[in-house]
Amino acid sequence: MTTAARPRRVALPDPFRGMDRKRREKVILIGVILLAIVYPIVFRSLESAFPFIPWPGTSVLIICATFAILALGLNIVMGFAGLLDLGYVAFYAIGAYTTAFLASPHFGIHISWWVVVVIAVGAAALFGILLGAPTLKLRGDYLAIVTLGFGEIVRIVFRNLGDVTLALPAFLGGAVLIGPNANLTGGNVGINPIDPPTIPIPGPWGNAIVFSNQNPIASFYLVAVLLGITFLVCVRLRDSKLGRAWMAIREDETAAAAMGINTVTTKLLAFSLGASFSGFAGAFTGAYQTAIFAESFNFAVSILVVVIIILGGIGSLRGVVIGAFAVQYVNQTLLRYLGDQVLNDPIQALGASTGIALLRDFNLVNYNYLIFGIILAVMMIRRPEGLFPVETARAEMHGIGVAAEVTAGSSDELALAEEVTVVEGIEEPVAEETVAEETPPADRPGDVR
Amino acid sequence: MEELVKALTIGVANGLIIALIAIGYTLVYGILELINFAHADVFMLGTALTYFALEVIVVSMGLPAGSLTALVLIFAALPFIALLTASVNASIERVAYRPLRNAPRVAPLISAIGMSFVLQNVGLILLGPSQKAVEPVLPKNDLVFFPSGPAWFGIDEVMVVAVTIPLLLVLRWFVGSTRQGKAMRATAQDRDASGLMGIDVNRTISLTFLIAGGLAGAAGLVVALYYGQTWFLFGFQFGLLSFTAAVLGGIGNLTGATLGGLVIGIISALSDRFLEAKWTSVLVFSILILVLVLRPTGLLSEKVSERA
Amino acid sequence: MTAAAQPADGDLLVATSCTKRFGGLVAVSDIDFSIPRGSIVSLIGPNGAGKTTFFNMITGLYIPTEGRIMFDGAELTGRKPHEVVRLGVARTFQNIRLFGNMSAEDNVLVGLHHRLKGRWFEAILRPPSIIREEAEALAKARELLDLTGLKGRYTTLARNLPYGDQRRLEIARALPTQPKLLLLDEPTAGMNPEETRRLTDFVRRLRDELGLTILLIEHDMKVVMGISDRVTVLDHGEKIAEGSPAEVRADNQVIEAYLGRGAAGGG
Repeated sequence: MTTAARPRRVALPDPFRGMDRKRREKVILIGVILLAIVYPIVFRSLESAFPFIPWPGTSVLIICATFAILALGLNIVMGFAGLLDLGYVAFYAIGAYTTAFLASPHFGIHISWWVVVVIAVGAAALFGILLGAPTLKLRGDYLAIVTLGFGEIVRIVFRNLGDVTLALPAFLGGAVLIGPNANLTGGNVGINPIDPPTIPIPGPWGNAIVFSNQNPIASFYLVAVLLGITFLVCVRLRDSKLGRAWMAIREDETAAAAMGINTVTTKLLAFSLGASFSGFAGAFTGAYQTAIFAESFNFAVSILVVVIIILGGIGSLRGVVIGAFAVQYVNQTLLRYLGDQVLNDPIQALGASTGIALLRDFNLVNYNYLIFGIILAVMMIRRPEGLFPVETARAEMHGIGVAAEVTAGSSDELALAEEVTVVEGIEEPVAEETVAEETPPADRPGDVR
Repeated sequence: MEELVKALTIGVANGLIIALIAIGYTLVYGILELINFAHADVFMLGTALTYFALEVIVVSMGLPAGSLTALVLIFAALPFIALLTASVNASIERVAYRPLRNAPRVAPLISAIGMSFVLQNVGLILLGPSQKAVEPVLPKNDLVFFPSGPAWFGIDEVMVVAVTIPLLLVLRWFVGSTRQGKAMRATAQDRDASGLMGIDVNRTISLTFLIAGGLAGAAGLVVALYYGQTWFLFGFQFGLLSFTAAVLGGIGNLTGATLGGLVIGIISALSDRFLEAKWTSVLVFSILILVLVLRPTGLLSEKVSERA
Repeated sequence: MTAAAQPADGDLLVATSCTKRFGGLVAVSDIDFSIPRGSIVSLIGPNGAGKTTFFNMITGLYIPTEGRIMFDGAELTGRKPHEVVRLGVARTFQNIRLFGNMSAEDNVLVGLHHRLKGRWFEAILRPPSIIREEAEALAKARELLDLTGLKGRYTTLARNLPYGDQRRLEIARALPTQPKLLLLDEPTAGMNPEETRRLTDFVRRLRDELGLTILLIEHDMKVVMGISDRVTVLDHGEKIAEGSPAEVRADNQVIEAYLGRGAAGGG
């Protein structure tokens, strides 16, 4: 952020003039916290005072914050450790359903949310390990497909287990193990209601503070705190021995192993920690909405988080948080506003006059995934490091720098020991020595495995 | 027993369709090492185009249901539909993948996901959120009866076979015997060397995408007629099945994709009939995961090995 | 497991009958090789002779097809790379494999990785023990950077350092693993005579001051002759000569191996 890639042509007034970086970051942080406290309270007044501005509602902000938690979690997997996970929604679902199982009338279990959230996080982490252990050794694109598959399996299993009859076959006695027609997961309809988190402090709001969608302001404060905790954890992880290990693996897995890093467990830790954040967000969402249903945990959600990370800046903590707020604001508020206020009427009128049904029924809101899809492609082509990049990622993505030029050719000459033990019988040898004068082409910088 | 046979026939018919789509995945993966996420959505576009074509043909010409003229016309439209989907596919490559030719492998994959969503959204806009019924043009006659029971197969299955098998054979001939086919195979083996040998790599890649897209479009027409409907999520549904088929047969391997298609088609038909349709996807996804984890080179493993 | 090359009892590394086959090609054939403690040994030979393959067998990137490697009394054969590091063997790479987008000190801190005791959940909670460990680690890293002549460049990204500094950073990164044996793969490649001289002095100091045993692959004969206690020559995967620099220089087979090939030593 400090090294200017292009010289500024206009000297803008700089509110931070004279402050060093740390001080500036502190000021921004305090500003954001103040904004977060004040905005939900004044939102309604702002809305009536300036009705033509698309102010985001508190519920929208809650969605934004939830997706910021999701993005921070996926950022550990994708941004820190360099693993592509397209089934991230699975852990979100696991967190939500765990909460629904343990804090609702569904099974009649009512554990306090404050305890359930820990269990939900644990469940998600556990499934992260179960999924990751056999699959993290796969190459990047295969891992992506496998995780996608897992995401879908989780969704469908939750959807299907609303009507379960599991019995022993007739020749073993035919005893019914589960069911008949047991409703385990609520099926298509889902589970509803779910106990929201509460703090039993009486006040003008009643006997207790209830953090549900009936009470968006309080819920927003809760999720903002959860987001703050998540952010802090991520900062500490990034600056720790583990964070460096992740970065090293992402830079050059072979060299990282040569430094004594156990790449298998380190990647598994990234995957599992990322999953636990997703479960964390799920536990909040389920309880806040007081209802969940399987179909909402679909592939599109996973991709939306990927869009957020790519847009915000892969590996960049503040980048993905900003990205989450931006993307969900657009998705939930801005598109509708632009449609209703600006685009829908003229286009529909055009459709009416020309008789083209496509135009006549135009509504900008329906084009959200088209827009996000284009954003994905455009970002990868033009600015893969994201809008708020980590300084290092910019260079890596554009293939400049030593790591890029070097890791390109060398993957030919030094295979991972694990890979080599498996493919012992390859026909021609891996080129064992290259002449030092050759500089391999900057082909695959920082390959995500 | 009759149930089994009926399921098998459906399985084979579906399998051929899946094979047609799977070949598209495998061709592109062979040449670019890219999983073209948007491929199945191009197929979906094919189903949508067929739907619209039939709307035009039947409605505007006022033809009665099941009319032979409509049938003839829609098959006359097949090359045009295939050409359209082929162009869409090739354009996507030009716009969204070619600039990323030298980027880390994950970059074009993400771009492909983006394109997939674009196409799905287009499908949603054009078709709405639910399945849309396609004008019925295939006669519903069944052929070959049991003495007293359901039929083995019907004209619609014959149609599927009549379209897919010739396409598969033509493709096999093209890739195996023509100069462009050889260029495709060479580029798949070693892109740089092929370039040095004078092969126009960009054109070869474009050709691959054209072929894959055309096959997807043809598959789209077949599905629209066979299933009698179109749906904006057809891509996602068939994409899973086809990609699993391609992986099962060894991704990059044409014969493998065909056989894999048949296997997956039969498995999913059997699952629909004897297990429960709602578990079929889980079954197929599990197969996919198991194959990738345990034997990523596929069951018909090619020695075109896995070196990253 | 014949003790052909008379390894002395105190030898740090003993490799016996090591062979590496890749399908039909034999990259390294029946090598017996030992490194005495505290010595600087050079491994030389024309391109393609099997030197880097042999390195890779020691560090666990390749598993020997035949043969055995013992290190300081422990079995090294077939260990995974991170296990090899923990046993006390560190290496640099022929092409620089720094973590380019990490700072110099972060690179060295990664080298310290397996010596740090902190667990990840401690990192999240940040108890005083972690804060202290990180501070100590950072101090040690900077100390090593000073030692390698990179003083003051702690936060520079590795990719932004000049070439000679990158080479030295690579060595600095290998040091915190507290190795007993350091493998340097063509450390002076691409350096001018001044840089080469400084690096050679540095390597000597590593042995003299830090007590490291060093195995070098080198092409620069001045370096080899000037610094080595012993030289081993490989050609076509076989050991063709071994001895003091003077002995090896006069050996006929060695001369033939180098001159007989002419300039076509293509890798």
